Amino acid sequence: MIEQLKDSYKTFESQLNGLGQGFWQELRTRTLHSFSGLPKPKDEEYRYTQLGRILDKKFQFADLSMMGRTSVHGANALFHNADAHHIYINNGVIDQSKVSQNLPKGLSISTLQEALHHNAKDIESHLGKYAIKNNDAFASLNTIFSYEGIFIKVDKNVQIDKPILLHYSGTDHPGHAIYQSRSLILAEPGARLSIVESYSSDHSEDHFSNHVSEIVVGANALLDYYKLQNQSASTYHVDNTFITQSKDSVVKSYVFTLEGKIIRNNLNVDLEDENCETHMFGLYVAHGDNHIDNHTVVDHKMPHCFSNEIYKGILDDTAKAVFNGKIFVRPNAQKTNAFQSNKNILLTDTASMNSKPQLEIWADDVKCSHGCTTGQLDDEQMFYLRSRGISKASARAMLLHAFVDDVLDKISIGFLHDFVAEEMKNRLD
Amino acid sequence: MGPNGSGKSTLASVLAGREEYEITEGEVEFLGKDILDLAPEDRAREGLFLAFQYPVEIPGVSSNNFLRTALNQIRKYRGMDPLDAVSFLKLMKEKMALVEIDQKLINRSLNEGFSGGEKKRNEIFQMAMLEPKLAILDETDSGLDIDALRIVASGVNKLKTGENATIVVTHYQRLLDYIVPDFVHVLYNGRIVKSGDKSLALELEEKGYDWIKADADGVVS
Repeated sequence: MIEQLKDSYKTFESQLNGLGQGFWQELRTRTLHSFSGLPKPKDEEYRYTQLGRILDKKFQFADLSMMGRTSVHGANALFHNADAHHIYINNGVIDQSKVSQNLPKGLSISTLQEALHHNAKDIESHLGKYAIKNNDAFASLNTIFSYEGIFIKVDKNVQIDKPILLHYSGTDHPGHAIYQSRSLILAEPGARLSIVESYSSDHSEDHFSNHVSEIVVGANALLDYYKLQNQSASTYHVDNTFITQSKDSVVKSYVFTLEGKIIRNNLNVDLEDENCETHMFGLYVAHGDNHIDNHTVVDHKMPHCFSNEIYKGILDDTAKAVFNGKIFVRPNAQKTNAFQSNKNILLTDTASMNSKPQLEIWADDVKCSHGCTTGQLDDEQMFYLRSRGISKASARAMLLHAFVDDVLDKISIGFLHDFVAEEMKNRLD
Repeated sequence: MGPNGSGKSTLASVLAGREEYEITEGEVEFLGKDILDLAPEDRAREGLFLAFQYPVEIPGVSSNNFLRTALNQIRKYRGMDPLDAVSFLKLMKEKMALVEIDQKLINRSLNEGFSGGEKKRNEIFQMAMLEPKLAILDETDSGLDIDALRIVASGVNKLKTGENATIVVTHYQRLLDYIVPDFVHVLYNGRIVKSGDKSLALELEEKGYDWIKADADGVVS
């Protein structure tokens, strides 16, 4: 496997031409040398999601070396009419013509390659620095085989009113069954912004998309960060997101997963300084043989930080989901307040859920709580509703809506809220 | 009425269609229809209403949406047009005044965080909205203070018409000071062992159930 990858890398490198030098190239080589292969069957982190084996069987990793130039059509993208700063990425390839149009002062959006020239210092201080933190094989693969990506920076004390909307789409394209996408997002101290990553796909053939986001949130900055994963039933998708927060910053992250063959999200939040606040909301509604795996880590390193995590899932048919939520409270992190909840409803006997909260607490003056529940709809509530004349189907829909609504209500972007609410209605009614 | 474990709540649950119960024998005819084969919602649509002893909390479901869905599904079953938002609100206002329930409670999720008394009052409010032909109040008086008891009882009395009936399940005479029964039946070991008028309730209050049990056990053995 590793030898095969090294061969692919050679092919890849030979195509890089002018891109194969300098900081990024050193990062690639370094990562390749320390790469130890895809997760093995007994790897604890991938125990319930045997991605290593599945991907190895299904995909030719030689495809990693393909540098496609697919054309991008943003006109059909979901939300293309939304009042936002739009960026279109198709099969990992950025539509450069639209990247930096009409940007307000204090907001820079460019490709990573451009940023390597214009914002060399930013790139060299941040690119790849966070993506090695969890030693994830897919994050490393991304670092090794990425040659492009999106760079977003909001300057000090600048507030960006419109959301920045990244449309990640996938379309069937020969030789493009595997593709990578990557972003580096910097919010300088006091900056305020919201980002929406919308993943869609009209692939009919199996394909694997591998994404990495590195996000650095400066002191007192505010970030709302949304992921909408609405790909096709033949999508294998791995997302590694690394959020690093400085003093007094507030981040709200949201992950909505609506479709995909196997989706694996690794969300890592580092609270590097005092008085950070982080919220992590997740909602997955799985059907058919969807397999949705959310691994989250929130690392409390300093005192007086607050983390609040709510992940909810509804599983139908033979869908499977995994939740693994780690909370670290380091010795220094006194007065930490950490909360975690994972709730799941199984609609069939054949759906299954593996939920595992993991709290590691080294400080002694902290408040941490966690809870997870997995079950069917509450019989008592069903009977109560039906005893008032409400049909079984309506009662079921009412309870499912009630279950998801507290997460839905937290979406502060109108067009996104309406879309997810409508999707819920279509699926739950 | 009847001593603990005599089957009062079981009877109420069986009538309303709670699925944990299996009917091994007997039949239930309601307004000429055998209702044992009907789903709980269809029994409600036929005009049956159970006021729960322990109403369940349903976070995230608004009382408004819940009642409107219930009312319109009942109306549909009966071949009536659904109530529009305006008429529905008007009806809510009217019934809220009738059973003296606060708008604040209606604005909250169904029964969520309600006190025992508020939950019972909400049951009576739902009864007022849905206008059942037969209401079964399962120990509606349990857990009520005297003021709540009076309000609940007064609601029940106001809802009484020539077209409907109410079965009140209770242990105590206390509720019957406010809701005066036409008949009193005493349930024991799953059977009605004694029937009478309101004076029977007073007699039970004074003498307890032992004499009834002795009588009934004597009859059975």
